[in-house]
Parts: sequence; structure tokens; C-alpha cells
Amino acid sequence: MSVVTDTSVRSEENYRVTRSRRNVAWTGAGALIVVVVLALFPYIVYSGTTSLMVQGFIVVILASMWNLMAGYAGLVSVGQQAFIGLGAYFVLILAQHSLSPFGGLPVAAIGCGVAAVPMWWLVSRLRSGYFAIATWVLATTVMLFIEKFPSIGGGTGMSLPGASGYDPTLLIAYTYWIGLAVTVLALVTVYLLLRGRLGLVLTAIRDDEVAARSSGARVGLARMLVFVVAAVGCGAAGALLALSQLIVQPGAVFTVQWTAKMAFATIIGGLGTIEGPILGAIVYMVLQQTLQSHNAWYLIILGLVAILVALFARRGLWGLIDDRLHIRLFPVGYWLWAPGSAGRRGLGKRGISPRGISPRGISPRGISHRRGGRHS
Amino acid sequence: MQWVNDIIQGILTGGLYALFACGLSLMFGVMKVVNLAHGDLAVIGAYIALGVITVTHVPVLWSFVIVVPIMAVLGYVLQRTLIQAALDRGVLITLLVTFGLSVVIENALLQFINADSHSLGVGNAIITGSFSVGSQIQIAYLLLLIFAVAVVVLLGLQYFLSGSRYGRMIRAVADDQEAAQLSGIDYRHVFGIAAAIAFATVALAGIAYGMYSQFSPTTGTDTILLFAFAAVVIGGLGSLWGTLLGGVVLGVAQQIGAQINQSDQFLAGYIVFLVVLALRPQGLTTRRAQS
Repeated sequence: MSVVTDTSVRSEENYRVTRSRRNVAWTGAGALIVVVVLALFPYIVYSGTTSLMVQGFIVVILASMWNLMAGYAGLVSVGQQAFIGLGAYFVLILAQHSLSPFGGLPVAAIGCGVAAVPMWWLVSRLRSGYFAIATWVLATTVMLFIEKFPSIGGGTGMSLPGASGYDPTLLIAYTYWIGLAVTVLALVTVYLLLRGRLGLVLTAIRDDEVAARSSGARVGLARMLVFVVAAVGCGAAGALLALSQLIVQPGAVFTVQWTAKMAFATIIGGLGTIEGPILGAIVYMVLQQTLQSHNAWYLIILGLVAILVALFARRGLWGLIDDRLHIRLFPVGYWLWAPGSAGRRGLGKRGISPRGISPRGISPRGISHRRGGRHS
Repeated sequence: MQWVNDIIQGILTGGLYALFACGLSLMFGVMKVVNLAHGDLAVIGAYIALGVITVTHVPVLWSFVIVVPIMAVLGYVLQRTLIQAALDRGVLITLLVTFGLSVVIENALLQFINADSHSLGVGNAIITGSFSVGSQIQIAYLLLLIFAVAVVVLLGLQYFLSGSRYGRMIRAVADDQEAAQLSGIDYRHVFGIAAAIAFATVALAGIAYGMYSQFSPTTGTDTILLFAFAAVVIGGLGSLWGTLLGGVVLGVAQQIGAQINQSDQFLAGYIVFLVVLALRPQGLTTRRAQS
């Protein structure tokens, strides 16, 4: 007790608490430049490249959403393809009723969020592993249900009406810009959510669920919120998929391979970091393009790498970068500076700071550094 | 009369689903591992059976004599290496690793074998034959055999877990791992044994499915894992006989669904699953999970 009081007194004098270990303004400016350059891409590269990048955007969005669930809320869903499919079908149905396919995207995303609420009510009755398979069953059920309607293509699928009026190059450029906008929006949303109250609640749950509950953290509500946000994100990604493919087929949008892709990208890039899914999506796209001509090989290799990373480097590639360079593009935790430390040295590493204020303690990272010890 | 036939067929198919579910239930009950690669491992069992039959020309029904030990050894090795390593790192990592394994197995089968469908024992009189009861009811010998195997496996498991020395060790470890360790039990070895038994039932499930229907690399996740899971949840987590009941309910629901509309077979099964999940999440058997 005395230690805590001591620290709080001293912190007024010497200790500084910042969000990041480095200046955030630079990373913010860097991110802005990257987005502006990416926005100019349709003017400088061929449309083949931009449509490839739309695929990349889709993986980034999906991986960020999956990371929000698995990395921060401890929810392993194997049924996110339910929302990808629903998003794609919402766009198709709206386009059939002569709404522009681009206008259909936000409606599709919100629709998926609404659909996620009753689904959460069902699957949240089961824990961890059984929750995972329940989401999978739910996704399959949604697919089988949608296949019953011949007016939206039944079991074979249907091409997207309303897109034929556009010039092909322009269509790809529009899709690209919308993809970029959705990606930025998804990342900003995840960042703001984790920076705020929800991030703290999720960290508390991760560290000790029982203690979090008894301190008044609304565990169920926090998890539901994450599930719904992830559904909105995956729905938007599904709508984007429909726009980029211009055809919606139940077998292609509801396949569990989507979950495999988002999970592998997240695990390899770094589970429980916001930067990880972006890095993982890049790794994924590079591998997929390199091994394109070898059929299933890229999923075999990705799967094996993901298993190894999950076992031996659980914070993934970004974790390795962060440990060495202390870079966080999206700082969601806090960093405690020792008195008189002008620049490089934070106090957290030396472990003098009481538990709970050290950066390891309260930064809402998905995975605790302690081995084992998690009870649910 | 048609309905009676559907219900009888559904009950018999339920035996197959209970067989699917045995391994999943056992691995969860003992190790708290939800093995997302469960279905793909059953498909591997079916492919091994196919290979064994092609090479050695043993009768299909006896192929299990070779396949079951192979899968049991695979189960022990996989548990002692990969799954134990994942378990040491927590529930989340275990799920991620088994999911990775599932995707790797499925795509490796696609890559190294092919996407074609295969089946076991085409033309065998026992496997394709059936007998009639009355004018409308036809009962396939195979389904009857599979149901009997499922009951024998469940009885065997119950006897093994309650009566034998290893069974007691497995229950001890499942109840309290640390206390069991203090009493001198090597829990890793016991986990290995439990996994070996689970994989043996997985091998039986794979062979049974291969004889009952056609299998391909994607069958493992599309069908076996999801049906096994639905049977476990409908019956009640952690209850052996509940699993059989769950399988039977799922089978009957599917048959009735198929009777209403041929394409609604699977949808009907999943809807019953979702209704049970909504109204009775602890499963139909009142006994809750032991843990």
C-alpha cells in the first residue's frame, strides 16, 4: 500500500506517463502520408495492381476484426464467413432493388451488425472451443438458408446487377477507393475502441476474468460489443468482396477458408497488436501471389507457419519488431518514464514500477506475457 | 409408415454421428482440448483404410484391425508433441493450433491426393445390402452394424473409464491434474493414452463414414466435425450416452428434413441444434458436464 502512495506522490514531481515510447506525431504524420499515397494509386499503377490491393484490403479488414476478437476479447470464432457472406448478399439484394452497389456497402455492414446480436445470444452460451465450432455451425446454417432462395441465385450464385453501367477501369478505381476508406475506418475504429474504456475492460478480462467481473466490468457486454463490431467489419469486407468480384456465390463467400486466411494473417503478423494484422495481411498476400500456381500450397505453408508462430512467438512478427525497436504505430497502452530519463529508457523494463502501472500491466495487449495462468 | 421409416433410419444414422462425436467428447472431457482437426483426422483414417485395402486386399470390414492401431499411435504422438506443447501455452493457443492443423491436413490431402470422392467397400454384400421389415421399411445392414459398433464403443469406453486402471488414471487427471500428479501419475502419458483412445474411435468413425457415404478432403470439416459437435451439444457436454442421444436426435431431424424437402436435410439438423442451444444449452440429458 505504501508503495502505491509513494509512487503517486512522486509521479507528480518526476514521473511522466505517455501513450507511446516515441513521439506519436511522427507516426501519425507517417500514416497520413501512407494513406494519401495509397489513395493516388489508381492514377499511377495498372488496374491489375489495384484489384490485387483490394484483395489485400479485404484481408487487412478481416484480420483486424479477427484480431479484435481473438487477440483482445479471447473469442476464437471460426464462423466469421457468416458475416462475409451476409455482407455480400446484402449488397446483392440491395443492387437487385436498384440501389447502387457502392451505396449498399454501409447498409450491408450495419445489417451484419444487427444480425450479429441474435447470433451472439446463441453462440455465447458456449465457451472457448465449443464457441468456435458453434460459430462455424451458425455460418453453415446461414449459408444453407440463403441457398434456399432462387431469387438471389440459390446454390449457384448470381452476378451483381447495376455494376454494368460503369466503365471497367473506373469501377475498379471506385472499388479501390472504397476499399481503402473501409480499411482506414476499420483500423481507426479498432484503435479508438482499444484506447478507450473498452480496451481497459478487455485487458482486465484478459488478466483475470473473475477479478474483472467482481470489479464491475461488464464482461458479457464487452464481448458482445466486440462480436458486433467484428461482424460489421467482416460484413463490410464481404460487401467489398462482392464489389470486387461482381459475382456472389454461396460456396465462395461462406467458405471457412476466409476464417483460415484472417486467422493465419493475424497469428503470423502478431496476435494482440493492432499493427500485426496489417503486417500479416502483407505476408499473406506476398505468399499467396508467389505460390499462386501451386494450388493449395500457400494455405499449407501459411498454416504450418501459423502453428509454429502460435507456439514459439505468440506475438508474431510485430511482437519481434516491438521487442527490439519499441515501435508502436497505434499506441493503446501507457509508458511510464523514470524521473530524469530524457529519452530512451523507460522504467517499465526494470520492473521498479508497481504492477498495474507498468506498461506490461495496463497496455491492452491481447496476450499476457505470463505463460499459462489463464483460467476461464 | 413413411414417417416410421424416417425415424428408424434417423436413429440408425445417429449411431454414426455418435461415433463421430466420441473422440471429440473424450478429448474435451480429459484434456479440455477442443480438437478442430477432429473431422480431418477421421478423413485421414478413411484414406489410410483406402490405402490399406488397395495394398493388402484385406476385406473392408477388417481394415480397422490395421487402421485403428495406426491412428492410435498417431494420436499418442500428436498429443505428446504438438497438442501438449499448445496446451502448455493455454486454451487460446490450443484452439489456434488445432485449427491450423485442420486447414493444413485438408489442403495437404487436396494437394497430395486429389479432390475426388472415394468410398470404401463398393460391391460388398454386407455394406450395400439391406433387409425389409414390412413393405415400406428397409434397413441397411451397414447402418445396423455401425449403430452396434457405436453402442459397443460407448459401452467399452464406459467400462474402461470406470473399471480399468488406466481409466481411473484418466478420470483422476481429468478431475484434478495437480492432485493426480502428486499421486505419482505422469499426466502427459495419461493424456497420450486418452488421445490414443480418442483417435482409435476417430479411425472407426472415418472407416464407418467411408463405407456409409463418399468422402473427400473437405468431408472432415463440412460433415464430420460439425455433425459430431452438434451431437455433443444436443446430447449434453460431457455425457457419453447423451452423445448417442444427440446423434439420434440429429439423425432423425435430418431424415425428417429430407422427407419434407430433399435439400433441407442438413439445414433441419442444424436448426434442431440451434433450438436446443437456445432453449436448453446444457443439452437434452440433464446431467451436466462433470468438470
